[in-house]
Amino acid sequence: MSSLPRWVLIPALLGGLFVLLPLMAMALRVHWTHFGELITSESSLAALRLSLQTSAASAALCVLCGVPMSLLLARSEFRGLSLLRSLVLIPLVLPPVVGGIALLYTFGRQGLLGGHLEVLGLQIAFSTTAVVLAQTFVALPFLVISLEGALRTAGTRYEAAAASLGARPSRVLLRVTLPLVMPALLSGTVLSFARALGEFGATITFAGSLQGTTRTLPLEIYLQRESDPEAAVALSFVLMIVAVAVIAVARRRVPS
Amino acid sequence: MSLSLRAVVPERGLDLELTVAGGETLAVIGPNGAGKSTVLSLISGALHPASGRIVLDDRVLTGERRWVPPHERKVTTLSQDPVLFPHLTALGNIMFALRAQGAGRARARQEAERWLAELGIPELAARRPSQLSGGQAQRVAIARALAARPRLLLLDEPMAALDIDVAPALREQLRCFLAERTAIIVTHDVLDALTLADRIAVLEAGRLIEQGPTQELLRRPRTAFTARFAGLNLVSGRWDGRAVVLADGACLPAHAAHGAGEVVHAAFRPAKVALVGSGGIPRTVRSLAPSGDLVRLRTEDLSADLPPQEVAARRLEPGSPVRLQVPPEAVTTYRA
Repeated sequence: MSSLPRWVLIPALLGGLFVLLPLMAMALRVHWTHFGELITSESSLAALRLSLQTSAASAALCVLCGVPMSLLLARSEFRGLSLLRSLVLIPLVLPPVVGGIALLYTFGRQGLLGGHLEVLGLQIAFSTTAVVLAQTFVALPFLVISLEGALRTAGTRYEAAAASLGARPSRVLLRVTLPLVMPALLSGTVLSFARALGEFGATITFAGSLQGTTRTLPLEIYLQRESDPEAAVALSFVLMIVAVAVIAVARRRVPS
Repeated sequence: MSLSLRAVVPERGLDLELTVAGGETLAVIGPNGAGKSTVLSLISGALHPASGRIVLDDRVLTGERRWVPPHERKVTTLSQDPVLFPHLTALGNIMFALRAQGAGRARARQEAERWLAELGIPELAARRPSQLSGGQAQRVAIARALAARPRLLLLDEPMAALDIDVAPALREQLRCFLAERTAIIVTHDVLDALTLADRIAVLEAGRLIEQGPTQELLRRPRTAFTARFAGLNLVSGRWDGRAVVLADGACLPAHAAHGAGEVVHAAFRPAKVALVGSGGIPRTVRSLAPSGDLVRLRTEDLSADLPPQEVAARRLEPGSPVRLQVPPEAVTTYRA
């Protein structure tokens, strides 16, 4: 601390204010007298319920696919591994709207797979499934980044020791590797849940905005902003509280 | 039960053959980079040789078109770092090995408790590795390794990271456990070799340069490394009926019955070396370092342990010329 020049403090404080001030400004605009009614209106509750359900489903999908992806990225060696790692992270930097369009051209009616799926009686675009897919698409890299880093840091010595004791690869994975990276897996899951909860662009492009089916909380807030600003602020406040809770959970270190 | 290994690993300059008989403990020694760890990696299955064949109890572990994965080799490694799983207790760590061998939960617990008792640490069962001292952790690691019932135990400097006051007790325990087991121990410590090993193999630059029964090898070393490991001076020369005549013409008298002109090795302990004013073997001091309550004087090829008073009285320092003499009865000579 003492080795830092003092002027660093000024931009640092400005940056901090820049993050916190808008949140405070919004919180100040919440009409607490109507807060209860505003967030329990039929459309708000439907959006909240849908958001929680789809985000939970997305987080589960992220764990299901993201854990094996992280394991492969962290533990295997093959040509093009670093390229693949970069590709997996694309949704992180891609504008979500673009992600939504990409999904539409994959699973939409005219899409790459959509036509075939329709033959099977599956219509994905503009359904709740589409919401889950859109959220998973943008949230997956969060879990993969967090878990892959933890796997690399943990190294392979415990796994080698376990194999030397005669443990089969599945036992090593379930009893050694995953328990060792459990804190990172938990925080990665929470982060991907949070990212899914906040998803807007990909969802509205790929899933649309049907109340109760695809209109998640961020979409509801965006719609309400014009018709009922007070409701929009109240719902925003709810999402902010969720965000704070998520950060608290993700930062909590699991005692070792 | 026995192991035979033949392997070539060009990128590490390794090319050698080794065997370990059933129930035998082989110490593998050699300078850093000689290939000791490579040998262990080959046997444990961490490394593929370019060519070669490793057979344990008539089962080919590594060979042409044959590769048994590490977890199926029945070979367990114990290194200087205990590598206990941090999320499991001491008991849980040992249970892991038993469960990996197919034991049920209840039986694994029972046997793990028995192992802790056998190592004299039953009170540590519920401790996490972070709550164990180095010696305690290594005991748990030993119990865990033995609980896996390996056909071959690989020990990679198992005592190197321990305090001097902990190592002897652990060495004694290992001695009991290794008595009936087949094991390979890599070590830099002559005490490990003396207490644990039946036989010693000396590696240098990826080759096996010397091997033999522990006592024999340490008493009659044939290479400079082995002599240093055994704490002996080693010279060779021609026997002239009374003394060993070294290459530089110096004479080292000894009591022996070799044929005149025979090339022989002569080994003697640094503590037996005395400094004399004339005669003896002329050498130049290279370094002086404390060694117990004596001073270890090193020359080009020989060492002497001298009382500090003598070093001071003679004003010895690196570069000083000295003449070394050894009583004939303190010199062991044997055919080169």
